[in-house]
Amino acid sequence: MLQWLPEDVSTFGQGVDNLFHAIYWLTLIVFVLVIGTLIVFLIKYRHQEGKRATYIEGSTRLEIVWTAATTVIVFVLAMFSYPQWNNIKSPTQFPENPDVVVQVSGKQFNWDMTYPGPDNEFGTDDDLVLENELHVPVNAIVHIRLTSVDVIHSFFVPQLRLKQDALPNRFINVWFEATKAGRYEIPCAELCGFGHSGMLGYLNVHAQADYDAWVQERWPQ
Amino acid sequence: MHDNEHTEHHHEESFIRKYVFSLDHKTIGKQFLIYGLIMFFVGGGLALLFRWQLAYPDRPLPIIGASQQYIDEGEVVTGADRMWERIYESDKEEWLEVSMPSGVITPEFYNMLFTMHATIMVFFVVVPILVGAFGNFLIPLMIGTRDMAFPILNMLSFWLAVLAAIVMVMGFFVPGGHASAGWTGYAPLSSDPQWTGVEWGLNLWAISLLLQGFSSLVGSINYITTIINMRAPGMTFFRMPLVIWSLFIVAILLLLAFPVLSSALALLIFDRLAGTTFFSATAEGGGDPLLWQHLFWFFGHPEVYILILPGMGIASELVAVFSRKPIFGYRSMVYAMIAIAFLGWIVWGHHMFQSGMRPGLGSIFMTTTMLIAVPSAIKTFNWLGTMFRGSIRFTTPMLHGIAFVSMFVIGGLSGIYMANTPVDIFIHDTYYIVAHIHYVVFGGSLFAIFGGIIFWFPKMYGRYMNDVLSKIHFWLTFIAFNCTFFPMHILGVGGHMRRISNPQQYEFLQGFEGMNIFITMSAFTLGFAQLILVFNFFWSIYKGKVAEQNPWQVNTLEWEAPTPVPHGNFGQIPTVYRGPYEYSVPGEESDWIPQAQPEHAPATSGD
Ligand code: HEM
Ligand SMILES: [Cu+2]
Ligand SMILES: [Cu+2]
Repeated sequence: MLQWLPEDVSTFGQGVDNLFHAIYWLTLIVFVLVIGTLIVFLIKYRHQEGKRATYIEGSTRLEIVWTAATTVIVFVLAMFSYPQWNNIKSPTQFPENPDVVVQVSGKQFNWDMTYPGPDNEFGTDDDLVLENELHVPVNAIVHIRLTSVDVIHSFFVPQLRLKQDALPNRFINVWFEATKAGRYEIPCAELCGFGHSGMLGYLNVHAQADYDAWVQERWPQ
Repeated sequence: MHDNEHTEHHHEESFIRKYVFSLDHKTIGKQFLIYGLIMFFVGGGLALLFRWQLAYPDRPLPIIGASQQYIDEGEVVTGADRMWERIYESDKEEWLEVSMPSGVITPEFYNMLFTMHATIMVFFVVVPILVGAFGNFLIPLMIGTRDMAFPILNMLSFWLAVLAAIVMVMGFFVPGGHASAGWTGYAPLSSDPQWTGVEWGLNLWAISLLLQGFSSLVGSINYITTIINMRAPGMTFFRMPLVIWSLFIVAILLLLAFPVLSSALALLIFDRLAGTTFFSATAEGGGDPLLWQHLFWFFGHPEVYILILPGMGIASELVAVFSRKPIFGYRSMVYAMIAIAFLGWIVWGHHMFQSGMRPGLGSIFMTTTMLIAVPSAIKTFNWLGTMFRGSIRFTTPMLHGIAFVSMFVIGGLSGIYMANTPVDIFIHDTYYIVAHIHYVVFGGSLFAIFGGIIFWFPKMYGRYMNDVLSKIHFWLTFIAFNCTFFPMHILGVGGHMRRISNPQQYEFLQGFEGMNIFITMSAFTLGFAQLILVFNFFWSIYKGKVAEQNPWQVNTLEWEAPTPVPHGNFGQIPTVYRGPYEYSVPGEESDWIPQAQPEHAPATSGD
């Protein structure tokens, strides 16, 4: 089933995919065991003339065993997940000194990308605002200040394994490092009105030289 | 139903008192059942409409849609074209013209369709049937009493629900259309009409849910009081059938959860109509959109357990009765339900992992959510334990019970993926969630409902449902259900967002067109299969084979009452001598011992 996952092009994507695979195998095994047992029981213990069911009220030992076993399994799973989650979402754990900082703002039904311009400050005259086109260099740390001007949207880049809701009047920090140049879609993943379907931006990941050329060409001087 | 007349000469009631404004818990239960089935068709129909759009985006609907020639060249070819011609020529803005011009569903209407599909299925189908119908019908009968504690409240509860349904359906026909902010109604999309263009539709949605909340509240007070105070002599708490336990716990959840939704809805209405800003994020207003999500999910997660617990209860009855064995670990089943009910209050944040809620909280909610998988697992193992060394009868209700168990396993396991915060980053708000929801609510609750209807039908109407039709319905439903919803996991893994009306707009979803068409065809089959159930249901009320008093040889008290059950239920209130699942007791001649059978009396063999 997991071959349907889109290609992974982010540094933390592998961590997410590993967990995905681990849970996939875990749940597949549990599923096969449970459903297998069910089918065996259904066949073996089907009603047969002259045979009665065996009166069994339960077993405290078994109850303890499977309660403990499932508790341990889910906790182990959780232990493996905390660091991945913090790595992706906790601002205190973001890699510092980003190479690029962009403000991304959802607006029915577009993504506005704002670059701070040469002075590296938002809200000044030399800001560059692009509609639905985000440009970043490959293998570089990108920080995004995510926000919205109207309703809640959700910034989703499937290939980066990244999704974060964008809220009005709030700036949420997001980071990623893309590992492969290319053009990727940025759909909106949170219902935001009649134009939600088709609200779509693009993430352009350039080789460093191409990115520099783009900055040269497009950024205000 | 005609048979009633023979058993009830003593007091003739008028038709209105008996069938419309009835105070009898059984009649009210049946009313809720029929109400739920009607709304099931409304909700299902809406789903088929938007499934069409997902498979064939922006193509006219079959039958009522205009032909391609008409759309391209204005040439009238089919009967539907003629209808559209008339609609376009009239000066009035017709409803069809606004929502689906020429039979093509507009994006606005699409959003209304899935919003109302979910709202109706959750609040007007599953809860009314599980809690309203089974709760009302079963509680007094299974605990051995003559009626609910407050019959008038009970009637009020039903008629409030009817009013709520009328208000909800009306929403489609007001200018601006119906609510279109999803069943979760996230603010500020829902709290400010300017973002959707929907005015009264969303107000009516909120008002209707307030009414429905009131109906549930009244009902739950009634259930709790009845179960605590009116159990038959000998019916201790730990002799109650699991379905009664589940309804008891659900009544407590409803009592505590619904007021939270009601408060949130009241604030939402203030925001929309009185200019307050509880949920909007303007700098001056001081409100917060996340407040809505916290309130909604603080209600919403207990609500999803309200949707499943009675299903678990019904499945437990079916599995025990048809395995002819006691429930494996009866007490641990009860404790697991209580654990679910408690833990259910501290997991709501798992719906908000990507919402901008502080990431540290995400980790905490992941932990609690993983914990709630434990009691779910316990229940599953206990159902398997119940079948172990049983003598399994593959009756149609049992098939539904088995389907419940196996589908719930899939739904529970898919929950683990989403409870895992890093994985949820990717699958949140995709079809993976849609698959999960439907495995638990359709695969779980609805199969339990179908099984329960067929199982208790002989007690409700004194007749059997037609078994051939029931079996056809079961297999069609089981297969079509899996064909419809299993592939949605794959869509989700591919990143396919939920709530989008046209997947073809995205490059990365191009490969899924075939799968979407397959899902839609399965969905239509699934919808068609439900016609069989409803036909069978109504046909069997009048024409079904007459049933004896206890056709499945069940221990619990409802089968002690004569069929059809008269007003007041029991001639003499039964006394309970044992637990509900004494099947295949060693040394006993018969493989079942009714709860009301005195010790040492010779075993009866069913009459
Ligand atoms: C093993 C137990 C379960 C776990 C671990 C679990 C976990 C989750 C999680 C984490 C989500 C949120 C996913 C997201 O939005 O990203 C979710 C959504 C949902 N769950 Fe479950 N779940 C479980 C059982 C159930 C049951 C029993 C029901 C109902 C009968 C249910 C109904 C729902 C519904 C309706 C939603 C979607 C709400 C929406 O966004 O529209 N779940 N579940
Ligand atoms: Cu959107
Ligand atoms: Cu939940």
